[in-house]
Amino acid sequence: MTTQRTVTLVLLAAALVAPWFAYPVFLMTALCFALFACAFNLLLGYVGLMSFGHAMFFGMAGYFYGHVVKAWNMPPELGLLAGVAGAAALGLVTGALAIRRQGIYFAMITLAFAQMVYFFCVQAPFTHGEDGLQGIPRKALLGGLIPTKDDRVLYYVVLAIFLFGYAAIYRFIHSPFGQVLKAIRDNEQRAVSLGYEADRYKLLAFVLSAALAGLAGATKAMVLQFATLTDVSAAMSGEVVLMALVGGLGTIIGPVVGAFIIITMQNYLAAAGEFVLVIQGVIFVVIVMAFRKGLVGELADWWKSRRRAG
Amino acid sequence: MFELLGIPPQALFGQLLLGLINGAFYAMLSLGLAVIFGMLNVINFTHGAQYMMGAFAAWLMLTQLDIPFWAALVLSPLIVGLFGIVLEKVMLKRIYHLDHLYGFLLTFGLALIIEGLFQWKWGSSGAPYPSPIPGGTNLGFMFLPTYRGFVVVAALVICLATWYGIERTKFGAYLRAATENPTLVRAFGINVPRLITLTYGLGVGLAALAGVLAAPIQQVSALMGVNLVLVVFAVVVIGGMGSIMGSIVTGFGLGLVEGLTKVFYPPASNTVIFVVMALVLLIKPAGLFGQTK
Repeated sequence: MTTQRTVTLVLLAAALVAPWFAYPVFLMTALCFALFACAFNLLLGYVGLMSFGHAMFFGMAGYFYGHVVKAWNMPPELGLLAGVAGAAALGLVTGALAIRRQGIYFAMITLAFAQMVYFFCVQAPFTHGEDGLQGIPRKALLGGLIPTKDDRVLYYVVLAIFLFGYAAIYRFIHSPFGQVLKAIRDNEQRAVSLGYEADRYKLLAFVLSAALAGLAGATKAMVLQFATLTDVSAAMSGEVVLMALVGGLGTIIGPVVGAFIIITMQNYLAAAGEFVLVIQGVIFVVIVMAFRKGLVGELADWWKSRRRAG
Repeated sequence: MFELLGIPPQALFGQLLLGLINGAFYAMLSLGLAVIFGMLNVINFTHGAQYMMGAFAAWLMLTQLDIPFWAALVLSPLIVGLFGIVLEKVMLKRIYHLDHLYGFLLTFGLALIIEGLFQWKWGSSGAPYPSPIPGGTNLGFMFLPTYRGFVVVAALVICLATWYGIERTKFGAYLRAATENPTLVRAFGINVPRLITLTYGLGVGLAALAGVLAAPIQQVSALMGVNLVLVVFAVVVIGGMGSIMGSIVTGFGLGLVEGLTKVFYPPASNTVIFVVMALVLLIKPAGLFGQTK
């Protein structure tokens, strides 16, 4: 696929020069959400499980990062590790329970667990409730080798983290493990009859997805230096679904595109207040009614039909 | 006065009453969700928004048009139910052939739109709705506000009437038959698409009715249904959506559990229903009253 390779190279080049053309903090936030959306899409697009509670991994990882780096005064690498490990552990517990039900129940169960985590965060002392965990210090990485006070330097760190996560997802999907996941998505009974323990595969995919969402959340806390209740709320869980949906479910680049669109939109509409939610709602409705493949999915279809015609 | 495990009886019974009232709303809302899901195969995420619309309709009628509570109790569900029918005709109808998750996403989007618009127009702080039956009775061990007692009784009547309507009437029989096998029921000359539309209107009306009942207890606000619908999802997972009676019993039961938690361990009162959900998933994954499907 030469087209795919060209597109990838162009995007990579654009990502490398981007901080000289756009506000680095905006780009870093968008990259964190892009990774979050990719992690979510790993589950929905490739295993067919719709988690409506992914904010719990994203938001909790931010709190873990902040607590380790600020309250325990540890290096940021350990903070990121704590975020990923904490999210994975939370994913293991909630995932093991949620996969006991299928279809739409799975979405409701993950949503309910996320709400439980939200209420926990409102009350737990280490999250500082409504105030949030603020003023997380930005420390140099790799024992002082990489200073992070400069936003552009930090941008390349975040880009590297994003690419690591993206590459990991690419590897999962194109490995035998990924093939089994797709088989389970398309026909679970058949996969089971062939001897695959579907529940184990689902759980592993869920934990991986949670861990990557945690990586995104911890990175976001590192960039913005705070972790708040917004990131664990049900609205955030809905937002990541929207990002994946706008870009295109089941396409690997789709969620990245979707995340950039939604974050850009929020940036421009910040003054519109409640209307951001209304617009998000309208996008949900329009996509479900008319563009279920999302932007990347529709574009790919258009490209294919054009080539067939020409 | 006697004391129970060091808890003064006023506090205990007060919280139990509050739990019973919350349970009444869980029961009415999960009932509507179950009825809609049975017929439409859609989890109606808009349920919380429609509950809020019911309360708002009653509040607007009272403040703008001087229409009293008792008239609103009938009018508001009709109006909101009609709104639901329009939604079904224009949008939901077109996505039945798709995976369940699209119905979930569509109704989620609709909830965002409705709640956002109400918040934009009326703000997010609540407006009070005067109690239609002020006063109360001192029962000796606690004080019972008359309206709260009325809500519990009314909710029970509404739930039982719904159960009767679905399990014991001809309309209900058609409904259940169409849930099992729509094609066959159509072959008998019954207009199934209209039945589906009516069912959605009925479920939505039920949510609005709950909203009207809630108006004098809670503040009427654009976001009053946001967290409630999430709790009701947990209630539905716990009860399983297979049985009408199951939804009613689970709803009231969980309200009481929540009330008791508020007495004995207040910090957990927000999360206890979700903990119960986790336990039920461990022990009986299909839900207390659900069949594995």
